Amino acid sequence: MSTTSDTGGPLLRVRGLTVGFPTAAGSVEVVKSLDFELARGGALGIVGESGSGKSMTSLAIMGLLPKGARRTGSIEFDGTELTALRERAMRAVRGDRIAMIFQDPLSSLNPYYTVGTQIAEAYRSHRKGVTRRQARAVAIEAMERVHIHDAARRVDHYPHQFSGGMRQRVMIAMMLSMEPELLIADEPTTALDVTVQAQILDLLAEIRADTGAGLILITHDLAVVSEVTDHIVVMREGELVEQGPVERIFTDPREAYTRMLLDAVPRIDDEIGLLKTTASAEEDR
Amino acid sequence: MSRFLLNRLLGMVVVLFLVCLFTFVVFFVLSPDPAVQICGKNCTPEAIDQIRENLGLDQPFLTQFWTFISGLFVGRTYGTGPNAIDCAAPCLGYSFQTSQPVADMIMQRLPVSATIAIGAAVLWLLAGIAGGLISAVREGRFADRFITGLTLTGMSIPNYVLALALQFLLVVTLGWLPFPQAVPFGDDPVQWFMNFLMPWIVLAIGAAAVYTRLTRANVIESLQENYVRTARAKGLSPGLVWRRHALRPALTPIVTIFGMDFANLLGGALITETVFGLNGIGKLAADSITKNDQPVIMGVTLLAAFLVVVGAMVVDLLYTAIDPRVRVGSAK
Repeated sequence: MSTTSDTGGPLLRVRGLTVGFPTAAGSVEVVKSLDFELARGGALGIVGESGSGKSMTSLAIMGLLPKGARRTGSIEFDGTELTALRERAMRAVRGDRIAMIFQDPLSSLNPYYTVGTQIAEAYRSHRKGVTRRQARAVAIEAMERVHIHDAARRVDHYPHQFSGGMRQRVMIAMMLSMEPELLIADEPTTALDVTVQAQILDLLAEIRADTGAGLILITHDLAVVSEVTDHIVVMREGELVEQGPVERIFTDPREAYTRMLLDAVPRIDDEIGLLKTTASAEEDR
Repeated sequence: MSRFLLNRLLGMVVVLFLVCLFTFVVFFVLSPDPAVQICGKNCTPEAIDQIRENLGLDQPFLTQFWTFISGLFVGRTYGTGPNAIDCAAPCLGYSFQTSQPVADMIMQRLPVSATIAIGAAVLWLLAGIAGGLISAVREGRFADRFITGLTLTGMSIPNYVLALALQFLLVVTLGWLPFPQAVPFGDDPVQWFMNFLMPWIVLAIGAAAVYTRLTRANVIESLQENYVRTARAKGLSPGLVWRRHALRPALTPIVTIFGMDFANLLGGALITETVFGLNGIGKLAADSITKNDQPVIMGVTLLAAFLVVVGAMVVDLLYTAIDPRVRVGSAK
C-alpha cells in the first residue's frame, strides 16, 4: 500500500484537529476531532459535501483560517508541529514547503499583475537574493512544466487573457516553482469544463510522479478522487466518516453515508432513476 | 482605444454644447433685460436700443446663440463702425459691471483656484488614504472607531462653519496663523503659504472624511478577495500582501472620484473663497451672481462644466492605464 512511509514518519499527521468559530450561542465547530495521515509521496482525497469542513481542514493546515476561527489539535508536518509555529515561521512553510491551489482560478489570481509577476513574487519572497531576471526565468520554466505553450511570451500576460483551464495551470505553476513537499488542491477542477478537468487531474498526477510531492485533493466529487489519489478520507458535517485505500472505499464502503456518496456518482451503465439524496443535503448551509 | 477616445471626445462636445445652450437660455433669455441694467438710472429709450444693438440683443434667439458659440472659437465683434470692439477667441463677452473681458477675468482668477484645489487635494488624499488604511488594518478596534467617528464629524460640519471656526481658533485665539493677507508667492512665500493653509484645511476636511471611508471600505473589501488568500498562501509577508494585493485594487475606484472632485474644485470653491476673501473663480461667481453680471456667470458656469467633462475623460484614460483588464483585451 502506498500510504506506508519509506523514510521516518508520515509527511503529514493530523490528530484531533478541531476548528471552531465562537458565536453568541457558543462555539460552532466546523471540523471535529479529525485524524488522518499522509504518507511521503502519497495522495489523499478528502471527500464530502459542501459544509462538511474539508476546505476548513485545508485552511487549518495552511494556517489561513478566517479571522476569529479557533484551531486545536495537532498538525505535524515532516516532524514539525505546525500549530506551535509562530506566524513568521509558518510563513516560511507556506508556499515554500506546503503549497495550495484553489477552486476558482480567475478570482484567485490578481487581475492587476501579469501571471509572471505573480509566480515570480512567491519565488522571490522565499528565496532571498534572487534577481528579477532569475525569478522570471523560474516562472517561465514553471509555466512550461505545466504545458503552457509559448510560456516565454505568455509570462507577460494578465490572468484575464487566459482560459479557465490555463489559469488553473498558472496556479499550479505558481506552487510548482517553489518545489513544495506537499500540494493541497481545494476543488481544483470544480470551476472547469469536464474535458479541462481531466487535463488538470492528469497534470496533478504527472507532477506528483515527477516531484514525489505529497498531494491532498479536496473535492465533493468521488470520481475525481478515484483518478488521482490512493487514499480517501470521507467527511460529513466536520466529522470523519471513514477512511481507507481508494479501492477498498469504492468496492466495500463500510458506512452508509459513503455508500450514498458513491451512489451519487453518475455511471454510464446506470439506469435513470430517482435522484438519490443524502440526509444532510437538506440541512446544508 | 482610439475609437474609445473618439467616442469620449464626441460625448464631451455634446455635453458642453448642451451646457452652453442651457446656461444661455437661463441667463440671457429668462433673466431681466441686461440693456436696462447696463444703462443705469438716467436712461433714455434710445440709449437702451443702442446698447441692445451693440450687444446683439435685438437679434433673434438662435442668432444670438450662434454668435455666442462662434465667439468662443473665432471671436466676435461688438457694435459696428468706429465704435466696434473686437473680442478675440475665446470670447466670453464683457462684464456688465467692469466692462473687462470675461475670459481675462477668469484667467486672472484661475491660478488662485488652482492653488486652492491642488493644496486641498494633496491634503485630503494623504489624510484620506492614510486614515482609511489605518482604519481598515485596525478594523473594529479603537483606532478604527475613532477614525470613523472623526470622519462622521468631518462630513457633517458645513464648510462655512468650519472656515469661521478655524479662523477664530487659529488666528484670533491661538494666534498660530497671521491674519490672511493676499500676497504674491514671490514677495513672501511664508505669508503666501499661511494664507492658503486655512482654505486648504477647510476644503480638505470634508473630502478627507469621504475618502477615508471609501478607502476603508475598499481595502476591507479587497482583503476578502480570493487573490489575497492566494497571496497569503504563497507565504508573502503581510506588508507585501497589503501593498500589492489589497491596496492597489482598492485605490482604483478612488481615482475615479478624485478626478471629478478635483475638477469640481478647480472650477471654484464658492463658499471657502468668499469666507477667506480669496479672489478665485468661486469668489468671482459669487460676486457676479449678486450683481447679476450675466456674461461672467455664464463664463464661470462654462468653465466649471468644461473642467468636469475634461476631468471625467482624464479619469477614463487613467483607468485604462491602471486596470489591465481595460487596457489589454483578452487574447484567447
